[in-house]
Amino acid sequence: MRLSNSHTHFGLISILLHWIMAILLVGLYLLGDYMVDLDYYDDWYHSAPGWHKSTGMIVVGLLLLRLGWKLTQLRPMPLVSYKVWEVKLAGLVHHSFYLLMFIMTISGYFISTAKNAAIDVFGWFSIPAITELSKTQAELAATIHEASTTVFIVLVVLHIMAALKHQFIDKDKTLIRMLKPDDSIKSTGESK
Amino acid sequence: MKKLGLLLVSCVLFSANVLADNYVIDKKGMHASIQFKISHLGYSWLWGRFNDFEGHFSYDKNNPSNSKVSVTIDPSSIDSNHAERDKHLRSDDFLDVEKYPQSTFVSTSYTQNADGTGVLKGDFTLHGVTRPIVIDVKFTGEGKDPWGGYRAGFEGKTRIALADYGITKNLGPASKELDLILAIEGVRQ
Repeated sequence: MRLSNSHTHFGLISILLHWIMAILLVGLYLLGDYMVDLDYYDDWYHSAPGWHKSTGMIVVGLLLLRLGWKLTQLRPMPLVSYKVWEVKLAGLVHHSFYLLMFIMTISGYFISTAKNAAIDVFGWFSIPAITELSKTQAELAATIHEASTTVFIVLVVLHIMAALKHQFIDKDKTLIRMLKPDDSIKSTGESK
Repeated sequence: MKKLGLLLVSCVLFSANVLADNYVIDKKGMHASIQFKISHLGYSWLWGRFNDFEGHFSYDKNNPSNSKVSVTIDPSSIDSNHAERDKHLRSDDFLDVEKYPQSTFVSTSYTQNADGTGVLKGDFTLHGVTRPIVIDVKFTGEGKDPWGGYRAGFEGKTRIALADYGITKNLGPASKELDLILAIEGVRQ
């Protein structure tokens, strides 16, 4: 089983990073949406935001790891069956994902550290505050956090719909490439 | 008629000046605070304060009942020393500061006893709701300051029920009311 990417395939590391982060990010969105409406006497009133913040900080670590991995790895070629607009749109969405992951996590970090409190990550370690924010800046961080996560989840839906379109309408290897790292699948997109 | 009106207004202003001294709450030097405490689950007190407010009062020690107070508070300046809680307190679960950006207190009457304690009545507006409240006041002192000014100070305490002001988020049976604790120093104008 190949760990690194090739011209035709994603390696195991890329695939794992994709799916782990996908699960964590969608989970963060749902948990975040759920936790802000919890009743004061709910058992999760304190634990849910704790998990949300901890997981968010884990995602930052994974994001840096993934970006480093992506930049040093081969990029599997687009399949030849892809239309130009599909490649362009997918590229735009993928770049937006990276940008939004930074915006979401940084704004979230500033919401919690606005008053110089550190973020405790599952009780393992804590991430200190960089700076204290004014209430206007803290509110801005909150607005950015909510807006960016909304855009993100819309793009996730688009991303999933695109994957399903490739699987069931185009019937190509797009989704399989993100599931199986081994070389048993021959890509029609290998041009070099 | 217009001139008569002006004359009347200036007479009223003039007489007010003669009878009572006007003070501005020392916001610049921050010798004033608007604090609150509310029970946490019935086990302890949570303290917080409003950082941004301004106001003025008139006070005549010879005729205290002639005194007047007016204070404007920016509810978004609520500070309980916890970023996420403050954000929550500003939200529509509590103060809804976007919709109600101003809280005010305007006095309607004041009576002072010989020992310096007194009762200040007035209209308090919070979360868009205006209700009469009664503040227990203690005159704490007055006199010249070392920098050429003249100051007077008061302490005030009152208790309000959150639901009276349309804040209905359930914080538990012990936390339905909160105490407001005011420390006010005014600089005479």
